[in-house]
Amino acid sequence: MSQSYDRGTVEDFGRWRSFTAGMWAWLFHKFTGWVLIGYLFTHIAVLSTALTGEAAYNNTIVGLESLAIVRLLEVGLLAVAVFHILNGVRLLFIDLGKGLEAQEESFYASLVITGAITIASVPTFVSGVF
Amino acid sequence: MAEHYSSFDRSGKKWFLQRVTAAFLVVVLAFHFFLLHFVNHAADVTFAGTSARMSTWTYFSLMVLFLLTATFHGVNGVHNAIVHRDGVDGWKQTAVTAVLVVASLIMVVQGLRTALVWTNLF
Repeated sequence: MSQSYDRGTVEDFGRWRSFTAGMWAWLFHKFTGWVLIGYLFTHIAVLSTALTGEAAYNNTIVGLESLAIVRLLEVGLLAVAVFHILNGVRLLFIDLGKGLEAQEESFYASLVITGAITIASVPTFVSGVF
Repeated sequence: MAEHYSSFDRSGKKWFLQRVTAAFLVVVLAFHFFLLHFVNHAADVTFAGTSARMSTWTYFSLMVLFLLTATFHGVNGVHNAIVHRDGVDGWKQTAVTAVLVVASLIMVVQGLRTALVWTNLF
């Protein structure tokens, strides 16, 4: 049986102090989702420079990748994507009826693995720009 | 505690599609990131390299499916967040839906146009 909850609104500022792990997971999933769809539109716009020719595309990529801020934002994008993927897997399992009893632990695991992958990826992302 | 918890209405087609695309995207987004940041570094991406990848049927079809599923999953997620979560209804709901559908179509068309520039499959 499904059961719905009156969660109130996140916008009630100050409520975050009493958030449980599941509420943080919901909030992070929503935030990372907004970032990813925003990035997708930006990504397609940047790739569209290929429509104006090979040189325009290559120059755009080289120009963006030479900026340290872009490399750092890419690390942030990786963190956002990895968390959304891992928490997404957690949600899929919960929707399949598996793992609800361990939903807090699986959220913490998503955070730890995201942090580990992100930190381990920093050298790859920033190589050649600093 | 509920015997089974789900945050969405399970009866809808969109509920199902959101999860099917999620399962696909989990794999393909990870693959995309890994290929273009770790196997090939983003700074080394060139038109010629992209074109070579996009000229194989496997990669081309995977990227087109990636575009379609990511657009649906992302925009439907935004729709859920605005309409279901924040309780927008009436003409405002129609307006939100219309804007999101038009934005999706523009992105898909632009993505496909770009994909066709790179490929020599046609």
